[in-house]
Amino acid sequence: MITYSFLQHYWWFLISLLAGLLSFLLFVQGGQTMISSLGKTEDERRLIVNVLGKKWEYTFTTLVTFGGAFFASFPLFYSTSFGGAYWVWMLILSCFILQAVSYEYQNRPGNFFGRNAYRGFLFYNGLIGTFLLGAAIATFFTGSQFLVNKANIAEFSGQFAPIISQWQSPWHGLELLFSDLRVWLLGLAVFFLARTQAVLFFKNRISNAEIEGRLDKALVVNAIPFLVFFLAFLIWTLAGKGFAVDPATGTVSLEQYKYFNNLIQVPALLILLLLGIVGVLYGIIFSIIKKSWRKGIWFTGIGTVITVTTLLLTAGFNNTAYYPSTYDLQSSLTIFNSSSSYYTLKVMAVVSLLIPFVMAYIFYAWRALEKTHTTIDEINQKDNHAY
Amino acid sequence: MELLSTSLVDWSRAQFALTAMYHWLFVPLTPGLGVIQAILETIYVKTGKEEWKKAAKFWMTIFGINFAIGVATGIILEFQFGTNWSNYSYFVGDIFGAPLAIEGIVAFFMEATFISIMFFGWNKVSKGVHLAATWLTITGATLSALWILVANAWMQLPIGMEFNPLTARNEMVDFWAIISSPVAINKFFHAVISGWIQGSLFVIGISAWYILKKREIDFAKKSIRIAAIFGTISTVLIIATGHGSAQQVSYHQPMKLAVMEGLYEGQEGAPLIAMGIVNPKKESYKDDKEGVIMAMRLPKMLSWIAFGDADHYVPGIRNIIEGGYTKPDGTVALSFEEKQKMGQTAQIALSNFKKAEAAKDTAAMAEHKAVLDANYKNFGYGYLTSPEQSIPNVPLVFYSFHLMVILGGAFLLIFIVAMYMEWKDMLSKYNWLLWIFILFIPLGYLAGQLGWIVAEVGRQPWTIQDILPVQAAISGLQTSSVVITFVLFAVLFTGLLIAEIGIMVKQIKKGPKIENQLSETKDSVR
Ligand code: HDD
Ligand code: HEM
Ligand code: HEM
Repeated sequence: MITYSFLQHYWWFLISLLAGLLSFLLFVQGGQTMISSLGKTEDERRLIVNVLGKKWEYTFTTLVTFGGAFFASFPLFYSTSFGGAYWVWMLILSCFILQAVSYEYQNRPGNFFGRNAYRGFLFYNGLIGTFLLGAAIATFFTGSQFLVNKANIAEFSGQFAPIISQWQSPWHGLELLFSDLRVWLLGLAVFFLARTQAVLFFKNRISNAEIEGRLDKALVVNAIPFLVFFLAFLIWTLAGKGFAVDPATGTVSLEQYKYFNNLIQVPALLILLLLGIVGVLYGIIFSIIKKSWRKGIWFTGIGTVITVTTLLLTAGFNNTAYYPSTYDLQSSLTIFNSSSSYYTLKVMAVVSLLIPFVMAYIFYAWRALEKTHTTIDEINQKDNHAY
Repeated sequence: MELLSTSLVDWSRAQFALTAMYHWLFVPLTPGLGVIQAILETIYVKTGKEEWKKAAKFWMTIFGINFAIGVATGIILEFQFGTNWSNYSYFVGDIFGAPLAIEGIVAFFMEATFISIMFFGWNKVSKGVHLAATWLTITGATLSALWILVANAWMQLPIGMEFNPLTARNEMVDFWAIISSPVAINKFFHAVISGWIQGSLFVIGISAWYILKKREIDFAKKSIRIAAIFGTISTVLIIATGHGSAQQVSYHQPMKLAVMEGLYEGQEGAPLIAMGIVNPKKESYKDDKEGVIMAMRLPKMLSWIAFGDADHYVPGIRNIIEGGYTKPDGTVALSFEEKQKMGQTAQIALSNFKKAEAAKDTAAMAEHKAVLDANYKNFGYGYLTSPEQSIPNVPLVFYSFHLMVILGGAFLLIFIVAMYMEWKDMLSKYNWLLWIFILFIPLGYLAGQLGWIVAEVGRQPWTIQDILPVQAAISGLQTSSVVITFVLFAVLFTGLLIAEIGIMVKQIKKGPKIENQLSETKDSVR
């Protein structure tokens, strides 16, 4: 029952789910790009910072866990992509490093850079972090240039580097921005999605007339570009070529409409994708129509989780190469040729049974701290930890 | 294939060392201060006295400032295995990835979730729930340490795995063996307890400053009382676990032990060096000059500490390279050349296996696999070209080790003195002593850094002991890229460090404000 193939699919599902959760939680980054456009006075800005500040750790930790889980379950991806698309990942990391201190430090005396610098770091994180993560995910559909040769490890002359995964572009990831327009489309889609979700999140959490007055316009302004970029990416990808794997030989080839075919051949994916997109749209549209409705974030958020999870499943399931190499098709990574051993996946699957438990206490903590909407008074209250 | 670039290897190492050492500058305070503030809060819940709560909250503020930068420096370490050690990540990812993933799932989330209740939940959850959240935060922090140290211990003693030539990587076969490895257990306790010591020294030092300034006296004394007791216990434990670590090193990494002691020529009943000077005139492991001069030696102690037998044979650097002595497991040690030959044989066998696999010749595959298996345990030696490459930096490891041990002794003394003086209520009488307490804060940090230098520099050139040396573990990058990221991180982390210290100092100057609680009006707007 628990076959190797089952575990490979299970772990690809968990990776996809983590990516989905991360895309939802990127609302924190989206919000970070709107601190000064939504908040006009210092009090208003602090309110926004504090509302986001209770959540940033979740996004950050999800990113870290996403990396760790990817490492454990698909180590060949970890070594090929991180070691190859070096600059993309380094830029992503650098902006998260800055984020990690910016909440705690921005309003403390003696903070060396001054408050505005920390707010600048938050903005940078919101811009670069969302855009590049989206761009990186787009390469799961468009491909990169690398060569994998495992026999290289046996090179011992001391003259050559015995490196298994070799990236072919000296730009180490930056070239991807010039390889395919879809990379930009998904990057921008994720950026505007993060901002759209941030607006919905503020609607849900903030109790302040001035800020609330600015949210409706911000919602429209961000939701429209998001939809345009996202749908363009989606349609282009479904209508374009995909990287198919022959299940018998493992040979990778280009197939017209591959991703679209995946949706048709695995109807569950199609249903999930539609469900997710409907959820996202429902949350956005009803928030625009019904101004007093505060629950949009839940629909759009859960819709985002489902949509992104399904997109990644479409990239990896049904005999598809999820991390294609356009330089050498046969170097492309599939969930079969890049996964950990049966034993490791099994051990990790047991550990993954803890995830519902982790989610339960996160849910508890979230509720415990969010019984009421946040106001400026609450933040300025004495005896309260605030940023 | 690209040419191997030694400067790429060196810069990658420098970057790892830089980021890891910065991380370790901040993380030990998390479990250390964490336990102390949790004890203070427990007393508050038990007694209901507000001053204990104030004390706990003050240390929590400091904790938060420090915690943020611990997180900032941690994320880079996690991804750096992939970005800068991609070959390593593939070659052992099947084993090494697991603890990192488990760390994320079980530890980081626990920390991140309960820390939000700890900071924001004072008026939102009951006292009992809040206390539980504080302890769970510290538990999460300690668990993060557990998993990463299990991973690090596995690199020093790679067990519970098998090499699979089909995938050309090492694969996990026994998870339990990995987490219950004696190296991991010693390392975990030793490293976490070193954090407790740093936390205790920190609390005592800061409290001493308040006493010097004649402020917050009651708060300072309470803090010193808890920290001195906690520190004394911790130091006894660190000596015990340090001893345990040294024993593990002597069995599994004899070269590291020899370098720690500057021992070139092995002997029975080897003495332990209390302090000495590494002989600058020593040019080669083969010449007959002494490794350490002007040494204070404790007779037979090294044999006894390392092997529990005062007359046991301890091999020196030269013996380990030349081989021929009997190892603790009864076998005769191989020379460097023999190991190198085995490594090369294993690698040729792997290469032939891959060719046979491509030709679908199963008989030849089995044949080459047999050769590979017989020689695999010295696989990594095949990458080395000279015996000198197998010797770590002697002076760095030697001095680091001895200084760490000396500091351990000094800490024990300082904690006992602090405990006694607080008990007799004589703290405010001796200003010079209070100054010494303050000076010990940086020494706590120093000891921790030295410990990692012993552990990490002492195992060079290996990333995985005997299996994978650094030059085979790297990513295929241009050296210039790594130089740029090295500078980037150096600037970034140094900037953050300056900010952190600035904020800390201001916060400490402001103090917990327990005495003038009533007169204060508006300090909440920071
Ligand atoms: C003995 C303890 C210890 C050791 C040896 C390490 N760390 Fe660490 N790490 C912690 C103790 C810790 C901590 C105290 O638990 C931190 C500090 C702040 C925090 O959130 O947790 C942490 C944070 C932290 C984070 C951010 C966690 C978050 O999202 O909240 C990452 C990704 C890492 N670490 C990764 C590493 C790696 C890859 C290490 C190996 C070189 C490493 N740590 C060594
Ligand atoms: C926070 C704790 C750690 C510190 C302070 C630390 C310190 C160091 C130092 C100083 C070096 C440089 C050695 C040299 O190049 O001469 C190094 C290298 C290295 N360490 Fe650690 N280390 C830590 C934890 C770890 C852990 C947990 C791992 C792994 C799993 C690890 C893996 C490595 C690797 C891969 C290198 C680079 C290659 C090498 O030079 O060996 N380190 N570390
Ligand atoms: C007093 C007696 C002490 C002894 C005998 C001792 C011994 C050791 C040994 C042998 C190692 C190397 C372990 C390895 O390579 O795997 C080590 C590492 C280390 N030591 Fe100590 N130590 C002592 C005190 C201290 C103190 C006082 C601190 C800090 C406050 C400290 C912090 C560390 C750290 C952080 C490491 C690296 C982690 C590890 O490998 O466990 N040690 N110690």
